[in-house]
Amino acid sequence: MGEIRLMKGNEVLGEAAIRCGCDGYFGYPITPQSEVMETLMQRAPWNETGMVVLQAESEVASINMVYGAAGTGKKAMTSSSSPGISLMAEGISYIAGAELPCLIINVQRGGPGLGTIQPSQADYFQAVKGGGHGDYKLIVLAPASVQEMNDFVDLAFNLAFKYRNPAMILTDGALGQMMEKVELADQKPRWTDEEIKKISGDWATTGKPTSRKKNVITSLEMDSNVMEAKNRRFQEKYKLIEKQETRYELIQCDDAEYILVAFGTSARVCQKSVEIARAKGLKVGLLRPITLFPFPNAVIKELAHKAKGFLSVEMSAGQMIEDIKLAVYEAGSNARVNYFGRMGGIIPTPGEVVDALENKFYGS
Amino acid sequence: MELKDLIKPENLVYGKSRLLEEEIMHYCPGCSHGVVHKILAELIEEMGLQEKTIGIAPVGCAVFAYNYIDIDWQEAAHGRAPAVATGISRLMPDKFVFSYQGDGDLASIGTAEIMHACNRGENILVIFINNGIYGMTGGQMAPTTLEGMVTATTPTGRDVARNGYPLKITNLIAQLPGTSYVTRQAVHTAASARKCKRSIKKAIQNVLDKKGTSFVEVVSTCSSGWKMTPVASNKWMEENMIAYYPLGDLKDSVKGENVLEN
Repeated sequence: MGEIRLMKGNEVLGEAAIRCGCDGYFGYPITPQSEVMETLMQRAPWNETGMVVLQAESEVASINMVYGAAGTGKKAMTSSSSPGISLMAEGISYIAGAELPCLIINVQRGGPGLGTIQPSQADYFQAVKGGGHGDYKLIVLAPASVQEMNDFVDLAFNLAFKYRNPAMILTDGALGQMMEKVELADQKPRWTDEEIKKISGDWATTGKPTSRKKNVITSLEMDSNVMEAKNRRFQEKYKLIEKQETRYELIQCDDAEYILVAFGTSARVCQKSVEIARAKGLKVGLLRPITLFPFPNAVIKELAHKAKGFLSVEMSAGQMIEDIKLAVYEAGSNARVNYFGRMGGIIPTPGEVVDALENKFYGS
Repeated sequence: MELKDLIKPENLVYGKSRLLEEEIMHYCPGCSHGVVHKILAELIEEMGLQEKTIGIAPVGCAVFAYNYIDIDWQEAAHGRAPAVATGISRLMPDKFVFSYQGDGDLASIGTAEIMHACNRGENILVIFINNGIYGMTGGQMAPTTLEGMVTATTPTGRDVARNGYPLKITNLIAQLPGTSYVTRQAVHTAASARKCKRSIKKAIQNVLDKKGTSFVEVVSTCSSGWKMTPVASNKWMEENMIAYYPLGDLKDSVKGENVLEN
């Protein structure tokens, strides 16, 4: 059993980074995630594990420092909140195009624009559909507890290196700011040069010995045929990720007539909504996507043949609902798909969700 | 005597660095990039640094620098080379990391990254090619374009009332305490190229000695962008570019601060 503490989600992200053997964090302050870098600076991991922590001049610089650092085959990461992630979009596209493993954390706040510093899930599209230019995908993990904030840092790095693809933890200001009990992982050592050589020696830029060809990290290709082939290979990789890495949680879906679909903070709210609905005698379940890309299409298709309808509960104007509709359509099901959500930094209450469920599906 | 009889090791008076790849460079005739690449390849070889070196190629004409020198490279987004170099250098502090940028890349879109990398004293070498124009995109105005200079986006010449003044960014860089050696060189004659090589060698040594950022501006030609022959470009550069961007060391922290007030 690991060390148990009461910690803020943001603090845990920093702590988990150190403990999983991360080599470098580069970031820029932005509310509501500044505690990530503050925690790291207070912990001063450079004295303990040798991890580098650097406050960059901007999010643009942060993500490009991550690009450089990730290119060395080491574990590099950044964290930010919505407007900062927008600034990183170019760099994220380059990282995806150069197939560099790294971790990007988005502790979302409400937008658009400067928006609000309160929690939101309105960066769903940005996270799962691209965000930057070109056809690429991030591996997107959506924690719903401080414990998962902890666990997903290591998981995200593992997936990023397994597929040579940037991974994102998509969370929000509520999970970042709230304190919960968390069981921390034991300290893992950072990879040695020998381990890096074994894991990423065929692409990492560590200085060219005479024994191998030079390693060049670039996303540029002037020959369109080669570029198309590269894109096709990327799409194959994303399909493989969909096949192998889809994660979700089902709560009381076995006999459910109607299914709430929600991730992160919304899913926490919906757990309570299911309890309230069940107490009223309504057969309601919850599907919680844990990976947003890959999205749990298959399970929705399966449920679409059993359930009468889905309610997508989001802290956005209704973004994930498009993916649910697509899965239901592909299933050839007549299940109804509805949306309920709040925006601008407001978290829906469990009661509001049940009201929406009754209004939309039970006609009361 | 035939040519093949002459090609013998004992007759060798000049050889290409073995780190220069057997690639045909895409640079235009008269362009300075090739000479600077040659100098870098020679120095990395002579100083025994191939295994220690990671180069950062920019967006711009030198984006394909990674095709020409046999070392590990990362290609950066436009303007971001100093941030990329920071990430690499911080995680591998014993390596020799250099970035290579043009004037649009370094002095326009990447101004924040270069100023802050230099201000943090990142232990890297920065090569800054200043030819006063955007070469790759077809000859538009650069931040360093001289007053009155005709480009694709200043067809009647750079008007400072409209476009602001040519930016002497190297002078700003020299003011930053994080930089240890800041110099402005050229490679348009054999003598200037030799001098430039000495400067870059010194800059590399500073990085190896962990003295902070070393910054070498190379005032360069762009015959295609300037729409001149290579010979005319060299002459025009001497009379106009070097008049505004005078050559010499701007800062040498070993000798003392700001040796030249250029």
